Amino acid sequence: MDLIKLNNLSKTYQIGQNKVEALKNVDLTIQNGEFVAIMGPSGSGKSTLMNLLGCLDKPSTGEYILDKNIVSKLDNNELAEIRNKKIGFVFQNFNLLARTTAIENVEIPLIYSGINYKERESKAKNKLDLVGLRDRFNHKPNQLSGGQQQRVAIARALVNEPVVVLADEPTGALDTKTGEEVMTIFHELNNSGITIIIVTHEIDIAFHAKRVITFRDGVIIEDNNKI
Amino acid sequence: MNLSQTFIIALKALRVNALRSILTMLGVIIGVAAVIALVSIGTGAQDKIVGQIEALGSNLLIIVNASSRDSGARMGAGSKLSLTIKDVELIANNKKLISIATPTIHTKGQVISGNFNWSTDITGANRNFFIARDWSIAEGRMFNEIENNSTAKIGILGKTVVDNISPNSSPVGTIIRINRVPIKVIGVLESKGQSADGKDQDDIIIIPIQTVQKRILGSNKRARPNMVHVIWVKVIDSSQMTEAEEQIKEILRKQHKIRPGKEDDFKIHNLEEIRNTVSQSIGVFTLLLGAVASIALVVGGIGIMNIMLVSVTERTKEIGLRMALGAKRKDILMQFIVESITLSLIGGLIGIIFGIILSYLISKTAGWPTTIDINSIIIAFFFSAAIGIIFGAYPARKASLLDPIEALRFE
Repeated sequence: MDLIKLNNLSKTYQIGQNKVEALKNVDLTIQNGEFVAIMGPSGSGKSTLMNLLGCLDKPSTGEYILDKNIVSKLDNNELAEIRNKKIGFVFQNFNLLARTTAIENVEIPLIYSGINYKERESKAKNKLDLVGLRDRFNHKPNQLSGGQQQRVAIARALVNEPVVVLADEPTGALDTKTGEEVMTIFHELNNSGITIIIVTHEIDIAFHAKRVITFRDGVIIEDNNKI
Repeated sequence: MNLSQTFIIALKALRVNALRSILTMLGVIIGVAAVIALVSIGTGAQDKIVGQIEALGSNLLIIVNASSRDSGARMGAGSKLSLTIKDVELIANNKKLISIATPTIHTKGQVISGNFNWSTDITGANRNFFIARDWSIAEGRMFNEIENNSTAKIGILGKTVVDNISPNSSPVGTIIRINRVPIKVIGVLESKGQSADGKDQDDIIIIPIQTVQKRILGSNKRARPNMVHVIWVKVIDSSQMTEAEEQIKEILRKQHKIRPGKEDDFKIHNLEEIRNTVSQSIGVFTLLLGAVASIALVVGGIGIMNIMLVSVTERTKEIGLRMALGAKRKDILMQFIVESITLSLIGGLIGIIFGIILSYLISKTAGWPTTIDINSIIIAFFFSAAIGIIFGAYPARKASLLDPIEALRFE
């Protein structure tokens, strides 16, 4: 099943007098259950693609279909809802709220879905358990290691059962060993059927993925499906 | 996202910066406390003065002679003596509206008692006068039924007169002289203090009206036998004051044979009107005090806005994250508005408590009468909520309009 479909997608920024074409007429289809790495040097358009896939930004032209929703036609509120229900974000520097426990951090997406306190807590505990943080429920970010923080962030990305997890340089702030641990979790998640898209410039990380898409100057120059 | 959830998030955020939150609230606390304390001073003054006017006797209409006209020069109130005993009787006949109509005549006289002497107001009155004025006897007794309509040489003294002619012993039973007429003191009036216009109401001696007319004023050429200076009218129901006033006017115009279009030769003072006028003017004063104090409240509001702006900038990344995780613009807007309302409301509540304490201290230490009006508390409460909304709106809107991508990238 086509989970993500980009038809002739372009994104142009106006920076002063200059028009910068960050993405040029990109066509891309990602199936349900894939594990995709998006690579490319800085300025290649991979961050722009990530923002568009994550519904944080709207394309200039073209069409974006996510899980049968024509996202490119939605307004800000509808996009917020899509981000809340269908997308799980994992960021390079974790983006956990300071002075807030692991459980409370994981609960945030559920708050915006209007789920009650009890259910939130049980779901958050469930996902923290899944990433191996059973004994860290009430720890705050400053009491957790980098790897543990990123695992809290992954639990947060998963808590609302999204159709896709978008990870932007998820190992960028971690040492190689913990980075590998985090990638192992992504593997396990993918094996259980969750679609994962990782943006990275590290070839080692991309190596974990089953499909590697390489961007340069706003266009796909290589789409290497290992399967 | 529901409101209680937003409120919990707001409280958490405020607790994280507890000291800053308290300092921010301080502005609102001082503002609200100042409003409540100052308004309580104004209201206290109002209550006191209105109380004094009411002590003059409620439901009271006071009819006085109008000014006379002498070749175009008007001579001042009471200069033309047109009111008579007959008028009093006619007014009193209107039993439906009027419970009491009683006349008084007034003159100045030197009161002599032993070595002391004192110039005071000599009022000729009936027993009903005391009822009309709600005035009771502190010591001794009232005129009896027979004395009331006789020329008995008796008198009741006001407190000030007693202080001046018999400072060391009770004057009751002694004989004093007024314009060479010996008068036996039979009682002392209860003290009424100053009137609203600052006149000492206790500087008075009350003598049966006939006595004043025939014995004290007897030699005065201007004194006609039936003349009356003032008619005191007690209306049964205070809601019928205007009606009573109209009817009295009609009776007197008819009795005095005043043709339509001509000026009245009397004037009716309505205590209700005086009370309202005074009450209104002090109300304006109170409002002014409140307005000055609200400046402090507005400054407090600006403090909230300032801190909320800092907070929005500081938490740009958090806002971006919340947006990425599904917060809509209105969720972010609500989060910050609720935060600033929480600040201002908690500040408002503490301010109300401080205001009450402050007004209590003012009345204790400065001796000013203060009255805490429940309305001023309610207004202060809603005003502080409004401050929170108004001064929180801009920072909250600023937060809600952040671009999630930019916000997430913010360091």
